[in-house]
Amino acid sequence: MSNPVTLDDLDRKIINALQGGFPIVDKPFNEVASWFDIDTKEVITRIKALLENGVLSRFGPLYNSERMGGAVTLAALNVPQERYEEVTRLVNAHTEVAHNYARTHPLNMWFVIATETPEQIAEVISQIESETGLQVYDCPKQREYFIGLRLEA
Amino acid sequence: MNMAFNITVDERDVALLGAIQDGLPFSERPFKDIGKALEMSEEEVIVRIERMQSNNIIARFGLVLQHRPLGYRANAMVVWDVPDDKVDKAAKSITAHDFVTLCYCRARRAPVWQYNLYCMIHGRERDVVEKQIAILNNDGLAAFPSKTLFSRRRFKQTGARFSKPPEIERRCT
Repeated sequence: MSNPVTLDDLDRKIINALQGGFPIVDKPFNEVASWFDIDTKEVITRIKALLENGVLSRFGPLYNSERMGGAVTLAALNVPQERYEEVTRLVNAHTEVAHNYARTHPLNMWFVIATETPEQIAEVISQIESETGLQVYDCPKQREYFIGLRLEA
Repeated sequence: MNMAFNITVDERDVALLGAIQDGLPFSERPFKDIGKALEMSEEEVIVRIERMQSNNIIARFGLVLQHRPLGYRANAMVVWDVPDDKVDKAAKSITAHDFVTLCYCRARRAPVWQYNLYCMIHGRERDVVEKQIAILNNDGLAAFPSKTLFSRRRFKQTGARFSKPPEIERRCT
């Protein structure tokens, strides 16, 4: 787990501005540089440094796989404390598991499964169930009200 | 939102999505450079990306932050059990608050899991997040059974990936 990283004002401005999107123009880094009145190299150096120190996990597109026939669900497990590490390894070994959080509840492991077809969700769940011997609680999305995941740096 | 139809992406779109999934080259003309390997002009790359953004195939193009290096340690999933006919109204009162980062209705898993309305709050301080949850409850949600699940540890946060280009994979929630 990384410790908080020190960011200066310019890092914060770049992060806050680019979370909403990246200019899709022929010279995008020049355009970003012009917003902050700095040179293009500075923008690139800063973004690279933020990737290296782990503040950014990615710099690129987020795909909406559901728009292309894929499927996503949120699933939960009640994992006995003494098996937590083992079950974490088993669950995360599936490339379809996009993220996985330990949470404060008897259902103490919550993870997102994303697959290329809706049928594969059930396959991944049944594999996880047979590997772990635990019941997977699948909580598919029925309606989406808001996705605004943007954080102030 | 469940889509009743799928948007068509052609082979060139898929090749392009595969080429940009790990990010853009840090060059002066990144779209031109991406296009070279795909035998696409810079203009074609830009037009295709713009179209896929407007079709919401690319949900967002930009930075993906790791929460924790920025000090976002108090990540709460707040859930309510709201009768189906009241869930839209309840969601509306939740999403009116700008500290809410995600809001979904999901299937219940009774008797183990009775909750259907979810929201995520990412905060730096747990006490601040707890106050924000109290604000939501005071704003019409207090009548519904609720739980707050703070995240304790994060094991994986890979975000949207293609399993292997050019197959299409996932989206980050």
